[in-house]
Amino acid sequence: MLTAIEAKPASRTQRGWSHLDALEAESIFILREIAAECRNVALLFSGGKDSAVVLRLAERAFFPERVPFTLLHVDTEHNFPEVIEFRDRVVRDRGLRLVVRSVGESIRNGRVRLRTPDEPRNPHQSVTLLDAIAEFGFEACIGGARRDEEKARAKERVFSFRDEFGQWDPKNQRPELWSLYNGRVRPGENIRAFPISNWTELDVWQYVRRERIELPSIYFAHEREVVRRGSALVPVTGLTPAREGERVERLSVRFRTVGDITCTAPVASYAGTVDEIVRETERARITERGATRLDDQTNDAAMELRKKEGYF
Amino acid sequence: MRAIAPAARAGLLRFVTAGSVDDGKSTLIGRLLFDSKGLQADQITALEAASRRRGLTEVDLSLLTDGLLAEREQGITIDVAYRYFATPARKFIIGDSPGHAQYTRNMVTAASTADVAVLLVDARQGLQPQTRRHAYLARWVGIPRMVLAVNKMDLVVDAREAFERIRAQFHRFATGLGFAEVHEIPVSALRGDMVVSRGEALGWYDGLTLLEYLETAPTRHDDLARSRPGGQSRPLRFPVQRVVRVAGGNAQPDSGFEYGEFRGYQGTIASGEAALGDEIVALPAGTRARIAQILTADGELAHASADMAVTLRLDTQIDVSRGDLFAAPETAPEATQDIDAEVCWFDAEPLVASRPYLIKQGCATVRARFASLAHRIDVDSLRLVDGPDTLHMNDIAHVQLRTQRPLAVDPYESNRVTGAFIVIDEATNRTVAAGTVGRGAQG
Repeated sequence: MLTAIEAKPASRTQRGWSHLDALEAESIFILREIAAECRNVALLFSGGKDSAVVLRLAERAFFPERVPFTLLHVDTEHNFPEVIEFRDRVVRDRGLRLVVRSVGESIRNGRVRLRTPDEPRNPHQSVTLLDAIAEFGFEACIGGARRDEEKARAKERVFSFRDEFGQWDPKNQRPELWSLYNGRVRPGENIRAFPISNWTELDVWQYVRRERIELPSIYFAHEREVVRRGSALVPVTGLTPAREGERVERLSVRFRTVGDITCTAPVASYAGTVDEIVRETERARITERGATRLDDQTNDAAMELRKKEGYF
Repeated sequence: MRAIAPAARAGLLRFVTAGSVDDGKSTLIGRLLFDSKGLQADQITALEAASRRRGLTEVDLSLLTDGLLAEREQGITIDVAYRYFATPARKFIIGDSPGHAQYTRNMVTAASTADVAVLLVDARQGLQPQTRRHAYLARWVGIPRMVLAVNKMDLVVDAREAFERIRAQFHRFATGLGFAEVHEIPVSALRGDMVVSRGEALGWYDGLTLLEYLETAPTRHDDLARSRPGGQSRPLRFPVQRVVRVAGGNAQPDSGFEYGEFRGYQGTIASGEAALGDEIVALPAGTRARIAQILTADGELAHASADMAVTLRLDTQIDVSRGDLFAAPETAPEATQDIDAEVCWFDAEPLVASRPYLIKQGCATVRARFASLAHRIDVDSLRLVDGPDTLHMNDIAHVQLRTQRPLAVDPYESNRVTGAFIVIDEATNRTVAAGTVGRGAQG
């Protein structure tokens, strides 16, 4: 990741103003605006590619000052070890402050009750997140959600107001004109801010390539034991064993999104470098969530309902 | 200023789609995405399934833009949905805005950042009050270019005659509003004619398809980078977004700033250029200094231009805080407490003119009161209605504001950043209105 001032191949002016320049400038403006308007801000950092891009943008926005946000990971405890190792290394190298609050803890202290022990924990992150917001008094939380991911997200503001219950009211969002963001909240209320709202999956990978952003290894093609379940590949892990009668195959795969192990599926791929992933993403025939998220496929409005409960 | 190289023409174009309910906006967007290969296999599968559920035999592209539960219940669009697609020429961001009058605030939210407005009209219905209203709002938020897509050409008997009639009618109206460019295109979103491909049915039309227009229209960034007539460059405007102080432990590791002190001003250049050694005036105080360093995470720059996010260091310590404006001394705006503006009221609660509100302009937030309401604009007739005593939701009015502290503002038509503001109600924290600074700004 970026540490020292180093020369880029060509300056912005020489290259012309590309779509990545425009997106980056918008994101930097948003990040600075959050820092200026809100006290005590958390940047949600899971070790996934979108949060790594947001962290890099924050470093560029505040340079030479250290990123003035607390990193927060709402941990489902169903993690890929490579991602947690990456998360901790990034935090250590940059001298940042990371707070981890786990859904497992919320389950153990009774704040979350699972219907079945092996159900995905992603939807339950809302409770843990709201508890962390209350515990630390965060006025704003920054997330790496993008509007191209899902239709409820496509409608959300960059500065998304949440009431004291963390709820999103899609019918009554604050008008958000120009780059004039309204970050005003009362105690207990919260702003969710999305600096890469206008980025697509392809923009993210192009930016990862341009800025040489390091990512966890599972984003790149590797051999892994999987089973086929419906149209998805499911990784065979201790948490997600093969079911009776399923045939375990060893395939070259990569993850397009990284989340809770029990609901994140890889795609078959030989793309082992960022260049190859950019090319593959340009030709992709399935959306990111469609290919890789087992939890959103159940219901057309799953995300909207979760957001109304306080989800990101 | 630098010339616009072909590569710089590419980049990113933002456009807003608007029109009356049932003009076929959702189908048009679905068509654009579908024919430009902006849809992926699982989205098409979901679309086919949704169409089947409704008992349709063909795929209904309009279902693609259905978003929220309430919208699907009511079959209307409530809030802006943003959509993304790219062609080899460009990346596009669509702000798909609602048609109902009660959601005007959401339409202008989408329109405020757009480079182009695509306004739909049903060829059978012709211009509707809502068409005029949206055209007016598009101009009010400063969109320079307007496309009227005359849709449902497949449903009118004499298509060419219908198109020419609507075109003439709209051109008169829209030119009067002051768009830099008004362009009419006949389309059939349902069949795909003149959207991405030309189709067969509208052979009499020899102009650009909608996508061709969108791929070649200049962006706001292109306009900013271009010199004004007469070769004058645009005046420097740099709203100070954040004062950054690095001392002791808060430098990024290995940044080269771990020792000693650094004080700079972070922000995005709203217009013009900043070059090393240039003199600036900090407004509203009026103190002067020179630019000693232009810093980005990639290193130091000799100059920076519009839209770039940078950190400026000055050669002398002057008192500057967030919300101040750096400008070139010879082209600096005046700082004023009396602002002449056009305001659009959004909130369900009407204006209480005797109460103070907050206004946020650039990076400044100040208290202000509505000193007078000159007149309301009847958007349908463009007539002025004198002496309103309050403003209701969707009203647009000329007003005079008196601010608690002086603000450095420009007329909106010359600067979309320093000439725009939102109004916040301190009691609710809601954004209750938005405004643009008028020509007689410096009162």
